[in-house]
Amino acid sequence: MPDTTPGTTPGSTPDPEQHDTAKETRGTRVDDDTVLGPDTEATPDTSVDISVEEVADLPKGKMLEVEDVTLRFGGVTALDGVSFHINTGEILGLIGPNGAGKTTCFNVMTGVYQPTSGGVRFMGEPLGKRQKFQITKLGIARTFQNIRLFHNMTALENVLVGADAHHSTGMFSALLRLPKHHAEESEGMDRAYELLKFMGLDKRADELARNLPYGDQRRLEIARALATNPKLLCLDEPAAGFNPAEKARLMELIQSIRDQGYTVLLIEHDMKLVMGVTDRIVVLEFGKKIAEGLPAEIQDNPAVIAAYLGVDEDAS
Amino acid sequence: MDLLLNHFWEFTITGLAFGAVYALIALGYTLVYGVLRLINFAHSEVFMWGSFASVWVLTALGASKASGVGVVGFLVIGFAAAMVTSALVALGLEFVAYRPLRKRNSPPLIALISAIGASFVLSEAMGLRDKPFKWFGLDTDLASYVGRPREASPLPLNIDTVRLFRVFDYRVSNIDLIVLGSAIVMMVILDQFVKRSRLGRGIRAVAQDPEAAALMGVNRDRVIRLTFVIGGAMAGAAAMMYLLKIGVTRYNAGFLLGVKAFTAAVLGGIGNLRGALLGGFVLGVAESYGSAIFGSNWKDVVAFTLLVIILLFRPTGLLGESLGKARA
Amino acid sequence: MNAVSSFFHGIGDRFRALPRWAKIVLAIAAAVIVYLLPIINPPLITTTDSDFGAVLFLCALYALVAIGLNIVIGYAGLLDLGYIGFFAIGAFTVGVLGSAHAKLPLLLCIPIAMVVTLVSGIVLGAPTLRVRGDYLAIVTLGFGEIVRLILVNADSLTGGSRGISNIPTPPNLDLFGIPHLVWDGFVAKVDLSNQTRFLQFGVTDSIPYYWLALTLVFIVLFLDWRMQNSRVGRAWEATREDEDAAELMGVPTFRFKLLAFATGAAIGGLSGALFATKQQFINPDNFTILYSVLFVAMVVVGGQGNRWGVVVAAALLTWAPEKFRFLADARFLLFGLALMALAIFRPQGLMPPRRSVRAKKADEVAPDQIDAEGVARA
Repeated sequence: MPDTTPGTTPGSTPDPEQHDTAKETRGTRVDDDTVLGPDTEATPDTSVDISVEEVADLPKGKMLEVEDVTLRFGGVTALDGVSFHINTGEILGLIGPNGAGKTTCFNVMTGVYQPTSGGVRFMGEPLGKRQKFQITKLGIARTFQNIRLFHNMTALENVLVGADAHHSTGMFSALLRLPKHHAEESEGMDRAYELLKFMGLDKRADELARNLPYGDQRRLEIARALATNPKLLCLDEPAAGFNPAEKARLMELIQSIRDQGYTVLLIEHDMKLVMGVTDRIVVLEFGKKIAEGLPAEIQDNPAVIAAYLGVDEDAS
Repeated sequence: MDLLLNHFWEFTITGLAFGAVYALIALGYTLVYGVLRLINFAHSEVFMWGSFASVWVLTALGASKASGVGVVGFLVIGFAAAMVTSALVALGLEFVAYRPLRKRNSPPLIALISAIGASFVLSEAMGLRDKPFKWFGLDTDLASYVGRPREASPLPLNIDTVRLFRVFDYRVSNIDLIVLGSAIVMMVILDQFVKRSRLGRGIRAVAQDPEAAALMGVNRDRVIRLTFVIGGAMAGAAAMMYLLKIGVTRYNAGFLLGVKAFTAAVLGGIGNLRGALLGGFVLGVAESYGSAIFGSNWKDVVAFTLLVIILLFRPTGLLGESLGKARA
Repeated sequence: MNAVSSFFHGIGDRFRALPRWAKIVLAIAAAVIVYLLPIINPPLITTTDSDFGAVLFLCALYALVAIGLNIVIGYAGLLDLGYIGFFAIGAFTVGVLGSAHAKLPLLLCIPIAMVVTLVSGIVLGAPTLRVRGDYLAIVTLGFGEIVRLILVNADSLTGGSRGISNIPTPPNLDLFGIPHLVWDGFVAKVDLSNQTRFLQFGVTDSIPYYWLALTLVFIVLFLDWRMQNSRVGRAWEATREDEDAAELMGVPTFRFKLLAFATGAAIGGLSGALFATKQQFINPDNFTILYSVLFVAMVVVGGQGNRWGVVVAAALLTWAPEKFRFLADARFLLFGLALMALAIFRPQGLMPPRRSVRAKKADEVAPDQIDAEGVARA
């Protein structure tokens, strides 16, 4: 995983238009610049190669299958017989109004909740009662709707924790500084810097996560998830709280993540936004799947229109 | 084992009496935990201060000479003294040790550190009580009057143990009856108070959702003060019951009892009032049976082992958590 | 109190800025001075009411304890209020195997004691580390008390409240004598009549034990540094910060918590073993629960997560009551007050780890901007 563009600085994004938008939208954030250091201008460098072997050359077809999942909490049915699948290499949008069960669906897929009935298959294998960290090691990584970084660790350390998911240094390797420790530390460092650079955070590697500006925190969460070398990257409203221009740039970033070989599941309730980036879309409402299909099909689906009617699209 | 089978009811009733003490102290832990999500580590010292208060007040009133109906009067005075003192100490504790932290939004570990500190201060302040008196040369006089806090201070009330009636093979004594009876009265009053009164509803509301409660006009600080006062008063009642059962108190009497009462609260599901009562009785009885089977030396070991086992199989306790959701 | 931490961090900064050779020279010089403290007997610092060597031994011993507990509390964020239990198990393992029931040499007893405490840490941790954090505090508190009760009650094994005596000392290596300094005001004189034999372990002279304890402190500090600066340390920190998020990032949090707990336990066992061989006589009264709280106080006062901070705090909190004997009675009262004041005014400890100091600095300037932005965007 060599850095393909040595010496690339965050300012050298190929697309000049994008750069302009960036300046425009960040004009209001001068405060950050003055307070948090001169390098707030965080421009993702999507030319960095962040692909990994584990993710390349996965068999085509269904990567993850959600099969008739029902989840009840007491008397409340959060998910009601939901089934859909994600194909290798695509960006699948999971949309629906607030409270439709999107995040709950994520939680089932990542082992936070056990479904009441039904199940999830990943790469053909049922997830069963696997623990959360085991599922991550299988290759599903996620971000959180409410940012949940390790706030008192630096940006770099946050990403390193993610990279540690595929490491196995234990107490003895660490104490004796065995070759494995050194090999994994330097692999982790390389990977972390690569991802930080990709996300435009490399200048802020040594800052505490909680001192990063909001948008950087969101991107750092994605970097941390990518560090686990996921086959499937699940993003839970990654653009929440962004203005339209920032949202658009994030969507481009997500597309370039996909272009490097990752499969992406994207939760978003802003329908317009999702249309442009996703290959297929699944719509949930009140815990049920009400539609599934290509973006164009979803746009014209009467059930979806009804579900979104009266819902302010910019409600975020 | 034979011992337990031959004296089954004796061990059961003794266990219930101790369980009542645990249960009343456990209420204080559970109430505060429900409202503040804080282990009030210093609650055991609130209990200890209550026990000394009743010893001192009864000594000052010359209760040791009383007999007959007078004893009943002193008994009531003893309860009142312990309950009022404990409630005041609990209130002061909240004011000094917890409120400043709440204003700063400190993390739970820091609140626990403050609680541990407060616990030290309260128990050592009692332990060092004689120091200032020594400066005036009064410490020996005081000691002959109420005893030294680092040694056992006896309850100056002579109650002859009277065996009242039989439950199978055990003859229940008047002390068992006073302890269990007053515990049940306290519990019923508290239960009704929390269930029916406006302030009780406030407690439940804050326990369930502090922010929503604040929006609905519940004064959170007042509710918190109230829970400390109620918890303190219950600990005071427990202190008097403990004195009746054991006869003496010490400056460090609270510690072990506090840990056990907390065990009881966790056992029943912390934050759950009825859970605390159930936990207290279960713990008392289990301990009593345990001491019958393994010998009384192992009584405390049984209590803690029970805690670990329960947490292992039912992490939220017997009745589950949450003051708000529980009906009590 | 900010002055305290900035003073120490100032030293740290200057030290880091030095060239490598100067660092090594300075570090060696500092170590030599620390080793020779009981020989130099510096005025103002030395204790007049009690044997300075013995006081220094306790300082080093509790520093070791604090390093171990810092792994549990500071790194992994687990509040262990029963650390004295492990300390006691370590001490009694040495007592039982070295004196009461067998006559194993000390150098064999110590590793066994560490293994025994490690295993007891796992046995206690495995069921309890799954439950929520604040329950752990109470369960461990109970554990500390159970250990003491078992020691009192298991007469045949531990000698009950009579305790165990004649605990073996480390092997002697009597090479030469080192004369002490005596001070007349601020003028030092060599006192040839008062010599410490290098290395003769015995009841009369605590100094060799101090050297032993200090050496162990340095070794454990080194290992602690290696643990923290690795995947293991990061996993602990991530778990402490946000357990669920850590788990979802592939950290087997339970396993790492258990590792921290057991490692801490083993270091507690090592300290206990050291205590036993120095005292040569132990009984259950040496291990009351108050010590657990004292140990926690050392870690919190020192600044959770800062290994040098907790070492300094442990030494200070041990030394101060010996130096100021007239306060001995009120020691726990003052402790309580100090803890309360600390919780209110300086919750991060006197010397918080570097990182949180840095964070705080940034916070002091920035929070308004960040908040305003967060709200504006939410």
